[in-house]
Amino acid sequence: MALAIRAEGLVKHYGETKALDGVDLEVPEGKVVGVLGPNGAGKTTAVRVLATLLRPDAGHATVHGHDVLKDPRAVRSLIGLTGQYASVDEDLSGTENLVLLARLLDFSRAGARAKAAELLEQFELTDAAGRAAKTYSGGMRRRLDLAASLVGNPSVLYLDEPTTGLDPHARNEVWAVVRKLVANGVTVLLTTQYLEEADQLADSITVFDHGRVVAEGRPDELKRRVGGQTLQVRPTSLRDLDVVYRILGDLTGSGRPATTTRAC
Amino acid sequence: MSTIALDRGMRHGFSLAWRGILKIRKNPEQLMDVTLAPIIFLVMFTYLFGGALAGNTDAYLQMLVPGIMVMNILQASMTAGVQMNTDVSKGVFDRFRSMPIARSAPLVGAVLADIVRYVVCIVVLLVVATIMGFRVQTGPAELLIAAALTILFGLCFCWASVFVGMLLKTPQAVQGMMFVLIMPLTFGSNVFVGTSTMPGWLKAWADISPVSLLSDALRGLLNGGAIAGPLTGSLIWMAGAVAVFFPLAMWAYRKRV
Repeated sequence: MALAIRAEGLVKHYGETKALDGVDLEVPEGKVVGVLGPNGAGKTTAVRVLATLLRPDAGHATVHGHDVLKDPRAVRSLIGLTGQYASVDEDLSGTENLVLLARLLDFSRAGARAKAAELLEQFELTDAAGRAAKTYSGGMRRRLDLAASLVGNPSVLYLDEPTTGLDPHARNEVWAVVRKLVANGVTVLLTTQYLEEADQLADSITVFDHGRVVAEGRPDELKRRVGGQTLQVRPTSLRDLDVVYRILGDLTGSGRPATTTRAC
Repeated sequence: MSTIALDRGMRHGFSLAWRGILKIRKNPEQLMDVTLAPIIFLVMFTYLFGGALAGNTDAYLQMLVPGIMVMNILQASMTAGVQMNTDVSKGVFDRFRSMPIARSAPLVGAVLADIVRYVVCIVVLLVVATIMGFRVQTGPAELLIAAALTILFGLCFCWASVFVGMLLKTPQAVQGMMFVLIMPLTFGSNVFVGTSTMPGWLKAWADISPVSLLSDALRGLLNGGAIAGPLTGSLIWMAGAVAVFFPLAMWAYRKRV
């Protein structure tokens, strides 16, 4: 399958801090890859490198074959970015924010207005279109931010912690929007602190910690490895071990449990 | 850069300037520093010191207004850095920079929008001055040239503010820093008093300071008198300010964002 994003050996140091310490990342076209990790794991740094906002100290990355360092302009024309903090202009209304971005993307005056109206409708913001963005609720603002990143019809979308700080209702709204986009063939790189969010949206998950990739795989695989439940059983008498094996094997349906034998 | 690229760059600059103008319209209190502050300075200095310094307030007003124009345009131009610092810290610039537009477009746009502030500043100042008794001794053409020169001065020196705005962390720090820089620059000049009674070191600076030279050029344009000398001097200062601070501002901007 063709790759929308390919990053190899990305390194970014801030003094002693290794924000990225050799990260490889591949995102197939039309798929959602979730980057999961705690604060400071390097998720946002990775997104900023892939969005041409930050030069890595080493390594390279391409978006649809265009190098983020050598041909940033081509990359910028393909991507949409929704930052960790909603980066719309709070003083401007929903319409004005979107019209501005459309004009910057070389839409005509009329074309920009039409595009803004279409996006506001799609994100159910038409009623609030004329109000300053600072009067929006958290969820509305995040939706406007998403709309803003879609003005240029990007084929690759970066969502940097799109639901951090949102209540469950607003979070579900954002999830619904992302699913719709993916259904339309957009490739999504999603960063999140929540396994649940990655599980809900992502086709595969990459786990970051301290600027490194520490695990990778499909959500169910990872959950089995990382979040799986553990049952420890110690028979009082060593003779019962075989019986315990059989019972546990039947119970979990996963064959022979792992054992450590220690003399008591 | 091809003409088409330049044309696109200008259009993006104008689109972003439109954003700045919308913001001014929505927050008219942003204009306070270019409307109220100049009036207070004008009224205070004219009526407090005018009599003592120039014999009567009318004569002082004729001398003061051109200088106050320079002082206020400088102050108005210094908010550019504060504004831009705010934009960067709020992440608005990240969105612009992730788009296929010229790197400098957000900076150019913000500076173009500032022209509106400069015009408001000059108009308010001249209206109040006229009410107080100030009269242009020359003609409308000279007045227009004087206003245009003042605006150009603001556009050249605002890059210093953008530079500081990109270097410092918070908008408050930028504000404080600019205040510290501007106060001596405007008061250490011939805006309020002639330089003849100043100590030698201060006079030496005040005679060649950009604020003094432009004030003299404006006095020539509005009150009649020598223009060529101070005008040449102030144009050299403006060119120098752009030549030094525009690249520095761009460098700091690239490093910051």
